[in-house]
Amino acid sequence: MTELLELVGGVLLGAGAVVVVFGGVLILRMPTFYSRVHAASVNETLAPLLILLGLACFADGRFDVLVRLGLILMFLLLTSPMSSHALAKAAYRGGLPTGQYREQQRREREGRGHSEPSEEPDA
Amino acid sequence: MTLDVLAVVLMLFLLVTAWGVLRLRDLFSAAMLLGMFSLVSAALFTIFDAVDVAFTEASVGAGISTILMLATLGLTTERETSCPAWRPVPLLAVLVTGGLLIYGTLDMPSFGDPQSPVHTYLGARYLEEEPKEIGVPNVVTAVLASYRGYDTLGEATVVFAAAIGVLLLLSDRREERDRSSARALKDHLARDDARHAPAMKNRILRVSARPMIPSILLFGLYVQFHGDYGPGGGFQAGVIMAAGVVLFALVFGLERTRRTFSANLLEAMIALGVLLYGSVGVWSMLAGGNFLDYDVLLHDPKHGQHLGIVLVELGVGITVTAVMIALFLLFAARGLDDAKGDLHLENGAS
Amino acid sequence: MITVTLVAVLVCMALLVARAISGTSVFERVLAINSFGTKTVLLIALHGFLTGRPDFLDLALVYALMNFVGTIAVLRFTSYGQLVAFGSRRTDGTEPMPPARPTGDATG
Repeated sequence: MTELLELVGGVLLGAGAVVVVFGGVLILRMPTFYSRVHAASVNETLAPLLILLGLACFADGRFDVLVRLGLILMFLLLTSPMSSHALAKAAYRGGLPTGQYREQQRREREGRGHSEPSEEPDA
Repeated sequence: MTLDVLAVVLMLFLLVTAWGVLRLRDLFSAAMLLGMFSLVSAALFTIFDAVDVAFTEASVGAGISTILMLATLGLTTERETSCPAWRPVPLLAVLVTGGLLIYGTLDMPSFGDPQSPVHTYLGARYLEEEPKEIGVPNVVTAVLASYRGYDTLGEATVVFAAAIGVLLLLSDRREERDRSSARALKDHLARDDARHAPAMKNRILRVSARPMIPSILLFGLYVQFHGDYGPGGGFQAGVIMAAGVVLFALVFGLERTRRTFSANLLEAMIALGVLLYGSVGVWSMLAGGNFLDYDVLLHDPKHGQHLGIVLVELGVGITVTAVMIALFLLFAARGLDDAKGDLHLENGAS
Repeated sequence: MITVTLVAVLVCMALLVARAISGTSVFERVLAINSFGTKTVLLIALHGFLTGRPDFLDLALVYALMNFVGTIAVLRFTSYGQLVAFGSRRTDGTEPMPPARPTGDATG
């Protein structure tokens, strides 16, 4: 039973590790801001889910540890999507252009970043 | 081995983040990077087994102080003014001060030296005698609240004094007592909340923040009263509870928060906490012991110690909570004052 | 396996630090820093299990809560308009930022 549990935990942790690394790479490398938000929000919900569930398998059934892991997971699952949503919304409201990929590439190449909101997002 | 690597990597993060803070001209981003710096140092403290310190760093450094810094930036400017590249006097001052500080550390025992006074008798004394004398599982709490109760009283008083200073500088009590201007301020707060905060109109944020706020307050209470058994205590709990109230203010508006936490209530709470702390000391004197000697509070010295620690931590918690909420509300409302002109202008035009 | 995941989280944190420092707008940094906070929570949890003392999960809980409050604070103050969202403000300060446009999601 314990071996099985640890095997499951190991698999979950491994999957979590893969998700975390890919998430980090994607947050760094995705072309536009909104796509990065997407990468981050997937990363921030899936990675805690996998890793904390994996850790729960190593908790030896200790009740206090399981409760805390559950609370952390609950808070993270509640707050991470909300922060991502609020962030994307604030950026959109703040006038960060949702322009096409090439457009943004050009913008960043010209070193202007997002400093000139030339195209207003149509609300 | 793994932990050493972990610590080294985290220290590298600290260095890179600090460099980023220095490099950025955008103060807003710099404040956020400082929050990240605090997170990393809190993680380092955890790895070094200083869990209570990590708790404080996480709640104060990464939480409240970042929020207060952001609120302050709202009052000033968000760009750092560029200064001339070569200014010898400040450079000299920094070099001399830094040199003196480094010179001062030369007298300290070297890191991890087993012969240093802390390791020869003090730490061992606390660890060996604490279960017999106080019997609180978390020795750090016992040291802070009982053995070093004077120091903690001093810290609570410092927080109290600092809060009084800020209140004197920033609060508008006279204006608030004047009935009509109080209403004006209230209207102004409400209007500003409505105008400037899309966050409050965001239904998703409101719905999902609603369960968070009581959870944070409950967790703060847990940290407050579980401080005897695990990491935590009055300071951390106060900051966490204040963060819950700040979240409420951020999502539901300053005006509603003001309605619950009026200036009168906050000032009373600020004083009450320190008063409670001092009263425990006076009580122990009346019961025949020394100031802050909890042994005499109850028939059994250990029970007396437990009671004293709980009361003292409660006092610290009340003061810190009230101070943090008051600071946030003052700074946030102050930011609105500056915008008053714009608002009136706009209303006149429309 | 816990060690492997710990290393993976560290790698991700390093990438996020890079993002936070090289980001071109405030929002990029908020994104990176918020994500970094979540990774710190995971790091503390993993570290607790690695050293066999999962009692310190309280800390991870504090991190999770504070990180969220911090992010909301950043966004709230960005939407004040005093803290300008885009990279740079006019240096002479003559032109204030436009107020946030109200859109159709108001609860009313």
